[in-house]
Amino acid sequence: MSTIAFTSALDGGPSGEAAFGRVSSGGLDTTHGAILYLENISVSFDGFQALKDLSLSIDVGELRCVIGPNGAGKTTMMDVITGKTRPDAGSAFFGQTIDLTRLSEAEIAQAGIGRKFQKPTIFEQHSVFENLELAMKADKRVRKTLFARLASAERDRIAAMLGRVRLADSADRLAGLLSHGQKQWLEIAMLLMQEPKLLLLDEPVAGMSDDETERTAELFLSLAGKHSLVVVEHDMAFVESIARKVTVLHEGSVLAEGPHEQVQNDPRVIEVYLGR
Amino acid sequence: MGSAASALDRLYGPRGWAGLGAVALALLVLVPLAALAPAGSAFHLSQYWVSLGGKIVCYAIVALAMDLVWGYAGILSLGHGLFFALGGYAMGMYLMRQIGLDGVYHSPLPDFMVFLDWKAYPWYWSLTQHFWYAAALVVLVPGLLALVFGWFAFRSRIKGVYFSIITQALTFAAMLLFFRNETGFGGNNGFTDFKRILGIPIATPQMRVALFALSAAALIGTLLLGRWLVTSKLGRVLAAIRDAEQRVMFCGYNTAHYKLFVWTLSAVLCGIAGALYVPQVGIINPSEMSPANSIEVAIWVAVGGRGSLVGAALGALLVNGAKSFFTQEFPDYWLYFLGLLFVLSTLFLPQGVVGALRRLRPQAARARS
Repeated sequence: MSTIAFTSALDGGPSGEAAFGRVSSGGLDTTHGAILYLENISVSFDGFQALKDLSLSIDVGELRCVIGPNGAGKTTMMDVITGKTRPDAGSAFFGQTIDLTRLSEAEIAQAGIGRKFQKPTIFEQHSVFENLELAMKADKRVRKTLFARLASAERDRIAAMLGRVRLADSADRLAGLLSHGQKQWLEIAMLLMQEPKLLLLDEPVAGMSDDETERTAELFLSLAGKHSLVVVEHDMAFVESIARKVTVLHEGSVLAEGPHEQVQNDPRVIEVYLGR
Repeated sequence: MGSAASALDRLYGPRGWAGLGAVALALLVLVPLAALAPAGSAFHLSQYWVSLGGKIVCYAIVALAMDLVWGYAGILSLGHGLFFALGGYAMGMYLMRQIGLDGVYHSPLPDFMVFLDWKAYPWYWSLTQHFWYAAALVVLVPGLLALVFGWFAFRSRIKGVYFSIITQALTFAAMLLFFRNETGFGGNNGFTDFKRILGIPIATPQMRVALFALSAAALIGTLLLGRWLVTSKLGRVLAAIRDAEQRVMFCGYNTAHYKLFVWTLSAVLCGIAGALYVPQVGIINPSEMSPANSIEVAIWVAVGGRGSLVGAALGALLVNGAKSFFTQEFPDYWLYFLGLLFVLSTLFLPQGVVGALRRLRPQAARARS
């Protein structure tokens, strides 16, 4: 397995320009082939053990599906990776060197981790175009933002992204007026504008029509390789359509992990999840 | 040149600029001319109206400052009266020093210090005889207090009603501090009986008109600054923080820094408004820091229209216009009216007067077609 090939694939970000090694995203060291390492993570809330000794690693360019019953700790895992929740124990590294447990949400986002929430979270009072403008990779400090002007190349990138998620006709509409499925797509587009190296997607096809779900699967498959993706999903048909490797969480730790068919036939998985 | 023109376009359309120009003409030219017209003339504007207008113009600056933090960034402050009062006290210190030996006791110290049997100015009064030092205090004192308070509050992610209550407590605590005679700011009487400013007598019509025009210029400047801010990318980030702060953080913005910036700027604008207010009303005392005053500021903005700068200024004008009418005609009923106004505007005008006007416009357009 050639890490060099992976890294160069990463270099040509979604816009085709070098996104690697820029200011704040520099320092991501994926020389060992993995982009995310979680080791023995434990989190508890008021005595409830949400994560128990969770260990997981995601390879560069991988598309990983995470499934598990409600309360298995899927969302808490994403909270730990994105800095929203601090683990009681364990370590979380982005690449070889970036310690996620020491960074704020904003710093983690700048380091190259994008997150889509379970409920579509977009800026409803802003236009669709402005949503992408705000999400776009840039120097996001106060002074730079105050004097920021959109360059024409940036406008083009936003336009290209709008085309990609089929929202070109809605560029000037208020985002709050979009349909549920369109909001999901807008949020995914916002993530991609950040040019993240790792995307965390929490139930990305919830509330989508069959047609939209199918197109989302195509989109994710086209992203894999250039980005690493972690998809949490309940829709087993969707998981089957995109999954290469599946991780099953149960009661805060990994119950099973492997290729989709293998996991599907695992008696323990059937017992806690699939069989029900 | 081209970029300057496009920068102006960004702020307002042609009709907006025309409207603003008309307001500027009225406030900066017509009102001063009318105020200085001979007393018998049909165009004469009495001192009463000039000083009432000057007061309301200063309140409108506070409303704009409040709208920046509340209407745009979603931070409801119930302590903005404190920043206004601190700016006023900073200017008041200079005005007290300008009294010189003309006080009741003909002492170089202000009367209240003579009364307390103090022999010299306390250290924090030093240099306040210099106008520019006092002017710097007008900006720095509210600005630094807001910066320190905001740094702790936003870093600890205090928001919503908790933040509002703490700001209310802050202004209340400051009011109690300033009520004490030993604090050195004149206790419950505060500062009054000002004689001159920059050596020029303060009670002349010319000085009143000059202060009015200066306040009006500050209001227009604040409006343009605010408009420039909210139409920038930073303005869009602030509104995004108001609507979905988590998403803004996960986009890579440090939202605490953004809130701290607009919060501190807002406090500084309030301080400037307070400094312009004090020489026009001739008094500053701790009642300006009372919690009710700060709540009133929120009512102006709610009535005028949160998230619209013109609306906030309009709200200050409407509510204070009504207040001066009521307190003369039905002094006992003002507070009832104010409460009723707040309830009614919350129920029927959630976007304030400006929001209601905006909703009428498309209907009118449809009716025409």
